[in-house]
Parts: sequence; structure tokens; C-alpha cells
Amino acid sequence: MLNDKVKHELISIVGADNVQDSRASLLVYSYDATPQFQSMPDAVVAPRNTDEVAEVLKLCNEHHIPVVPRGSGTNLSAGTTPVEGGIVLLFKHMQDIVEIDEENLTVTVQPGLITLDLINAVEARGLFYPPDPSSMKISTMGGNLNENSGGLRGLKYGVTRDYVMGLEVVLPNGDIIHTGGKLAKDVAGYDLTRLFVGSEGTLGVITEATMKLVPMPETKKTILALYEDIEAAAEAVSSIIAHRIIPTTLEFLDRPTLKVVEEYAQIGLPTDIEAVLLIEQDGPQEVVDHDIEKIAALCRDNQAIRVDVAKSELEADALRTARRTALSALARLKPTTILEDATVPRSKIAEMVRAINDIAREYKVDICTFGHAGDGNLHPTCLTDVRNKEEIHRVEQAFEAIFHQAVELGGTITGEHGVGAMKSPYLHLKLGDEGIAAMKGIKQAFDPNNIMNPGKMFAKSERKRVVVHT
Amino acid sequence: MITKQERQRIQTEFQEKMDYDELLNCMRCGFCLPSCPTYIESGYDEAHSPRGRIALMKAVVDGDIEPDDDVKRSLDMCLGCRACEPVCPSGVNYGHLLEQARDIIYQNHDLSATTKAIRNIAFKGLFPNQGRMRTMTGLLGFYQRSGLQKAARLTGIMKILPDNLATMEKVLPEVPSLKQLKNRPDHLPSLVPQKKKAAFFSGCLMDSMFMSTNDATMKLLQYAGCEIVIPDSQACCGALHGHSGEKQQAKELAKRNIIAFEDTGADYIITNAGGCGAFLHDYDHLLKDDPAWAERGKDFAAKIKDISSVLVELGFDELPLQLPDQVVTYQDSCHLKNVQKTFLEPRQLLHAIDGVQYVEMNDADRCCGSAGIYNIVESEMSMQILDYKMKQVETTQAKTIATANPGCLLQMKLGIEREGLSDTIRAVHIVDLLLEAYEYTRQPVGS
Repeated sequence: MLNDKVKHELISIVGADNVQDSRASLLVYSYDATPQFQSMPDAVVAPRNTDEVAEVLKLCNEHHIPVVPRGSGTNLSAGTTPVEGGIVLLFKHMQDIVEIDEENLTVTVQPGLITLDLINAVEARGLFYPPDPSSMKISTMGGNLNENSGGLRGLKYGVTRDYVMGLEVVLPNGDIIHTGGKLAKDVAGYDLTRLFVGSEGTLGVITEATMKLVPMPETKKTILALYEDIEAAAEAVSSIIAHRIIPTTLEFLDRPTLKVVEEYAQIGLPTDIEAVLLIEQDGPQEVVDHDIEKIAALCRDNQAIRVDVAKSELEADALRTARRTALSALARLKPTTILEDATVPRSKIAEMVRAINDIAREYKVDICTFGHAGDGNLHPTCLTDVRNKEEIHRVEQAFEAIFHQAVELGGTITGEHGVGAMKSPYLHLKLGDEGIAAMKGIKQAFDPNNIMNPGKMFAKSERKRVVVHT
Repeated sequence: MITKQERQRIQTEFQEKMDYDELLNCMRCGFCLPSCPTYIESGYDEAHSPRGRIALMKAVVDGDIEPDDDVKRSLDMCLGCRACEPVCPSGVNYGHLLEQARDIIYQNHDLSATTKAIRNIAFKGLFPNQGRMRTMTGLLGFYQRSGLQKAARLTGIMKILPDNLATMEKVLPEVPSLKQLKNRPDHLPSLVPQKKKAAFFSGCLMDSMFMSTNDATMKLLQYAGCEIVIPDSQACCGALHGHSGEKQQAKELAKRNIIAFEDTGADYIITNAGGCGAFLHDYDHLLKDDPAWAERGKDFAAKIKDISSVLVELGFDELPLQLPDQVVTYQDSCHLKNVQKTFLEPRQLLHAIDGVQYVEMNDADRCCGSAGIYNIVESEMSMQILDYKMKQVETTQAKTIATANPGCLLQMKLGIEREGLSDTIRAVHIVDLLLEAYEYTRQPVGS
């Protein structure tokens, strides 16, 4: 509970309509999309502009009140769950496209803007913003920036980070700073832009961002290749890249996933095969035709038992169905679906998928794997039931084993979902104690009172499990 | 205000009756948010989203919060359009959760005297009783024809009604006389070589206020090759009751309908109201815990089909159909699309009419804000949703808006009136437009 004085000061900053603290309003901001994490905030505050954000932060800093910036709450690592209470900061009044600059090919946005609204607005002008997280219909740019979101087009086009040119950020002490700008080259000082992208709201609040745009690709094409053997599929991936072709999308589904997808969607996929690759290429017509032909040939050379090239957009859409319905198909099987994102160098994909299947067998849990094979970013997805405490314990053990395996193969514990509260106990696997100490030093410099999204990124005690709320 | 005692009773019943598996089935991914009209129109307030409402229901069961006025407010604000269901990766049956939660709250909460009176008249007096419905509609007809309507409008007495009710009064269709209302057929032959036997669910509002649309529906079925039976003993579908927390009454109505249709030997049971159709389609769920009725409910539900779906199945869209040149757009009925999954067929039929340039409206599948009695009890939100809808309509430059449900039809008429467009745009039920096209094609040359 906030004391009355603080509450009144908040109301004087943002107005009474923009401070909520009824039980129901606190409850609906007590979670994000991460299973097993839930915790009530003390108030929900929606500032109307950057100055109000600064005033709110100054007040919270003075009173040591936690601040959790939240977009649409689609986070998958409990990054927007207010695990230590405090204020949930909403951006429903800051959803504008400030400017589309067609001369410099940039777009400047406020944090509450929905990703797809940005994509649609720039595409209407023949421009292209490539990052496309699966939640883009509802995710906000503020969320994408703070989590450095990826997406299906990441292989060729990179992730959110690769499109950020400048930021306006409010620091915990209320200072408003500007980093970068509409500049192709800029080496004036530390690169704070990159530091804030992916910082999970632990350093400050991003209130405006200038993003890079690229020209719209002329056309795109899609193919689906089926394999009886994971190795062969993985070799096809390596072989495509080794032949200097970088597809836009290179997605992978394993056998357990295929089985449930087919049961659910009934689209005629053989369920006795081990892997499917969904590949897309975009660009000028001639290049796309040439690349797709080459990719199809390489898939066949690498023992694909079937290769389907879509002849029309309609057919392409049918091929994408398999990948798109993966999550739906999996989510329907059991009450609880835990989606992870361990990532390895793409040359290790086959090894990693096999390791995941071995681990699932060892701990007797159901894990299906799909994901972005082209960039080594896999989504081992566990189907379970939060009410079964014994099984949940085994699930946690299995995931810990998966994280260890990923790091051992030169990978990471999270490719695109973030550390949040969920994976903070495992961060040391990737960074080591020294790496964590260096990051904590940065945190301390920006946020000495630890008000910004506390309880995220760094576990309280390095090797202890986070207590799970159910 | 919900009293302390009521809160306790509601909480206990939530714990006993809410389907906890279904509540857990929501994985809180948030994919439902962009499809929810109240989430968008409330300025992205999570309490007015499907995910937020499910979280509140679960929290009441878990004992994390009490079912207070804010919780009730969140559930009351829901349109029940169920647009969140088709986009849900986990396939959560949100509509069923909402109905159960509302039923518990309304059965345990002492409503204000006025609200109770309105609910009693609507749910117990009027809708289950086709005779009274006819009388009411007859009275409305008398009001319209006697000059009273004109007098009322001139004297400005309508101004004392809330804005949208006053406008609503203007857009009500000219209703038939009491005599016409009572003289309904119970059997009609096919007018072409017979292909199927159809039973027609006439609906209470459709068979009174929109009687001409029902007549058009039956004519289309006759032209498409159906013999039609219209059981006289059928009752209101119970949707209004079911959606408003009067589940027991809905079950009684369901049983009456099952008995009325069971022995007709029809291939399908046809509806022309998306809202009724979806509720009839859900009888299997409504009666699932009643061993004597569960199976019969399932058989009944399996036969429910919307008129547009049957017409396409019987090849009506291949017959010559023509209208004077015009742009036509289509407003989905939420329940027809989200529950009965019928949305391609109406478009296919409209495309089949020569002279019609079909223009799809942006967000055609977003609720228009009618939602049963929602536009009366939550008029502010309803009008906000309608204003958005009308903007999308105007962008299409359509002259005709086709709809597939009486509530949507009235709401679109209301929208046209509010925008002052009644001289340039009309709203029609799709069957009326199809009959118009069928007859226009066959009128004698030169007439």
C-alpha cells in the first residue's frame, strides 16, 4: 500500500483518472504471460508525457518505491510482474508515431505504440520495419525495446536492437537524457542506446525512440522441406548459409511438435518424419526466384524427403500454417504451457534438439521443440500442469539441464524472451560471477536505490531458486 | 453495492461452480487483447480485457480478491461478442466462463428495484412468451400507425429518453399488425424440386418485429429447394437469459425447443439470427450436466445452421441474382462468426449478386456494440464502439450494409441515424437483400 501522501502527489502529477489502486485494478496488473508468477502492485499509474514520467520517477526514487514499466504484458520471463510491489507504469497515453522521416528513413515513436501499428504505418509509405515478434499484434514498442525482441525475420534482418538509432530516456533521478539520433555515424561518448535496449526496464524508462527503416522488399517466396532425420535438416540449414544464401526466415519443427500440430490442424503433414523446415526469402523477384530454386535443391541434396515450393501467396500461407499453429496446438494439450528460448550457434542445432529430447526423457516430462533454426533460437515448450507440484519440480530440473546444455554448446539461456525474474537464477551460467558483477556495477550507477524493476535480471542470491508464486 | 454477505455467497459459489480447468487453460499470452472491443475502447484497460476478466474470475476462486463492485463492473462491461475465442491459442471457452460467472453474481446479488423490474419484464414476462411478444409488437405497430408516433415526435416527448433510446425509437422497423402476427404458417412446400427438409427456428424478435425478414428467409429456402416445417410450440432461444445471468430459465427454454424440434425429421434447423443460432448451437454445453437431456441437446445442436450456410450448400449463389449497381458491405454477427464459424458464406452470397460491388469494411468482424441489451444498459461504451464502426462503414462508401442478426441490424440503423446518413445509406438483413436480388432478376422486362 502506498501512503496517502505519496498517492496524493502521484495524483497531482498525472491526474486522478490515471492513478488506480482498487483491488481489481491491482489484480489485473499482477501478472504477465509467464506461468507461475503473480504478485500485486501497490498502484497503477499512467503518465501522459515524458515530463510526468520524470516527476513520477523522482517521487518514487525519493520514497524508494519500485517502478515496473509495462506495455501489453506479453513478457515471457516475468519481466513485467511486479514481484516486489510498487508502481506499474502504463503507457496508454503515449502511443503516438511522432514522425516518419522519409528523407532519413527513420520513424520516431512513443513507447505505448503497438508494434503492428508501426509496421502498418510505415508499409503504407513503402517502407519496412523488419522485427516481427510473434506477439506483434499487441506488443508495444516500449516492450520490444526493453526486451530487445526478435522475431521470425531475425536471421536476415536482425532484431530490435539493429533498428534503434536514438532514445529519450528518463533516469531514476528524474533526469531526461537523449542518446544517439538520426545519424548513421556517431561515436560521441559511450553507446548508451545499445545499453538501454534489452535492459528490461532495470535502468530507466524509455519515453521515445527513433528507429531505422529500410526499403520494402519487392517480393517473397516460401518453401517447406520434410526430413526423416534431424541431422539432415540441420545440415540443410548449414548448407544453405554456407552457399551464401541468407533467407528471411528459417523455421524448424521437431517430431513431437509435428505430431500435435497435425492432430490439431489436420493439414496433411506426415507424422513419421523427424523435422520440418519452413524457409522464406524476400527481395527483388529474380534474386528470390534464384535463391528459392537453390534452397530447394540444397534441401533435396541434404536428404529432404519432400520439398514444397508455394506457387501463390495462398499456398505460402498454407505452408506457414504449420509453424503458426505450433503454439496453439501445444497450448491445448495441457493446462500449463511453459515456453523457453534457449539459443545455440546454428551449427549446433541438431545436437541441441537431440539433447532436449534426451533431457525430456530423463526427467519424464513432455517437451516439444520448434523455433528459429536459422539463428539457433529454439523454443523447447513444456506441457504440464501447475497443480502437479511434483511434475513442476521435474520440469524446473529439466529446464535447468537445458540451460546448462545450451551454454555448454556455446549458447545462451535466453535468445529473445529476456532474463526477468524467471531466468535470473541461471544468469551466472552465461555470464559467470565476474560478468554479473560488471552488470551490477552498471545497475548501481544508474539506479542506486534499486527502484527500477527490482527483482529482475539478478537473483537475490546467485544460485538459489526464485520462490514461485502460484 | 454488493454487500459483504453477498460477496461471501458469490465467492463460495465461484469456488463450487466455476470450471477451474478452463480458468487455468488461459496461459495469459495476451493474444486476445487486440480483438477485444472494450479493451481498445477503454484505452487499453486490462480490467476490460478477456485476459483480465479471466484473471479476476480465477482470483475470486483462489480467494485472492473478493467479488466486489469492480469485479462485477469488469464482467458487466463485456459485450460477450466472443471475438477472443477464435484468436486464443489455448482455445479457452471464454463465453462459457462469462455466462457461469454472471449467473452466480446475478443470482446472489440483490439488484436495485428498477433494474430488477426491467430484467423481470424482459426475461420472465416478454421473451419466453411468444403471445406477449406479439401483443407488444402489435402495440408498437398501433403506436406507429395511429399517428401517436408522429405526435410523440412532434411534442418532443422523446427528448426525455436517453439519447440513444430516443434515436432507437426512430429506427425501429414498421411492424406488422397483430392479425398478421398471429397468422403464421407451420408448413411450406419447396418451390423447386425438393432437396432437403428444413425446420425453421423463427425466433421471438425475428418473428414479431422483423416478421418480413422471416418471410423472406422462408421464401429463399423454398427457392433453394427446401420443404419447411415451423413448429408452433417452439420458444425463445434463451440467449438473452443465458448471457445475463439467468441460466436456469435458459435451460427451461432449451428443453422446450428440443421437444418442439425433435420429431420434425428435418435435415437442419435453420436460424437467421446469429445471436440465437450461437446459443442454440451451445445447447449441448448448456445441458451437459443434465443426464436426461445432454444427448438430446447434442443432437439438437448438431442440426443448427445459419441461413447463409444452407443457401451456399444448396447452390443458391449459382442462381441468377441481380440488383441495381451499388456498393455493399457486410457487418459480421459476432456470434455467427465466433461461435458458429460462419463468415465466408454471407460474403460468398453477396459476391454472387450482379451489380453489387462488395467492399470489405475494415474490422468487419469487430462487434458493433449492440450485444443483446448491452446498448441499453451500457449505452456509453456501446455508442463509442458504434462511432468507430460507422467510421469504417463510411470509408467503404457503401450504400447498403448487410447484417445477419436483428440486434446488429438495429444497431447499424441507429448508427446511420446518429450520423445523419439515413438518406444515403441503408442497413438490411442479408436475406432481405438476397430476396430483393432474386426477385429483381425475375421481374418482367420494362416493369
